[in-house]
Amino acid sequence: MSQPTLVVGNVNWFRYASPQAFYPLAGTLVPWFAWAAAVCCIAGLYAGFFVAPTDHQQGDSYRIIFIHVPAAWMSMFIYLVMAFWAGLGLVFNTRLSHIMASALAPTGALFTFIALWTGSLWGKPTWGTWWVWDARLTSELILLFLYFGFMALQSAIDEARRADRAGAVLALVGVVNIPIIYFSVKWWNTLHQGASVSLSSAPTMAATMLAGMLLMALAAWFYSIAAGLHRARSIILERERNADWTVQLARKGRP
Amino acid sequence: MNWASWSDFLAMGGYALYVWGSYGVAAGLIGVEIILLKSRRRAVLDRIRGGGTGDRP
Repeated sequence: MSQPTLVVGNVNWFRYASPQAFYPLAGTLVPWFAWAAAVCCIAGLYAGFFVAPTDHQQGDSYRIIFIHVPAAWMSMFIYLVMAFWAGLGLVFNTRLSHIMASALAPTGALFTFIALWTGSLWGKPTWGTWWVWDARLTSELILLFLYFGFMALQSAIDEARRADRAGAVLALVGVVNIPIIYFSVKWWNTLHQGASVSLSSAPTMAATMLAGMLLMALAAWFYSIAAGLHRARSIILERERNADWTVQLARKGRP
Repeated sequence: MNWASWSDFLAMGGYALYVWGSYGVAAGLIGVEIILLKSRRRAVLDRIRGGGTGDRP
């Protein structure tokens, strides 16, 4: 069987489907994404706290938006990416795909928790309650349990290949929850407000507020990429710990 | 500029608990994740270097 090739700019990109080839590439990318995340975060916080004005209805409590919305977007998007890698791994049986899926799950769970936590702290002053069992909040809570379930299932099975496949099936089944979260505010009468920013219409918020939110969303993206790649590198080392290349690499120090 | 002073900034128009409770916990958890990421990498490198697994010929 011949190796698949995808040659762009004299580089065969399928080469990076091998964990050994991907490891140094990911290592080069991590600091770039980490710094980009830090810069966007500082700029976003500056815009959010010092440029964006106080809201005439919600006062300064609305400033929770700059962490809440990016975290909520990220919680859903990471799940989609995780399910994409899991599906790819199931179909093509590629080890790196499953590694990427496993590497993203904890960061996805982190952002889901942050979205729920900040939502609760925003709900109290604006709705008068920390929590309601409405469609948006409940489906986001289910997302957190899906992440936990994925991680628990993977760690409960010793053999990596079986753990990968079981986790992948769970991840794919759970994808059905993502459109439910996203459209819940349209499909049901919820306490949670509808989207202020969508692809199909102009945003219903001040430009400076939007700028702060988008900068924080970019920071969340870059952070997730950095964290995912960093964790993927650790998982590669864990799985290939008996391979010659990892042993040589570990003895060299910390590249 | 939105704030007359530092204490004005920290008071967040009376919503300090909610706003700082959100940002504080988020920053704390991200900090914890970064520590866990680094310690996971250190642990696996130590494990490979130590060769303590016994399953290597």
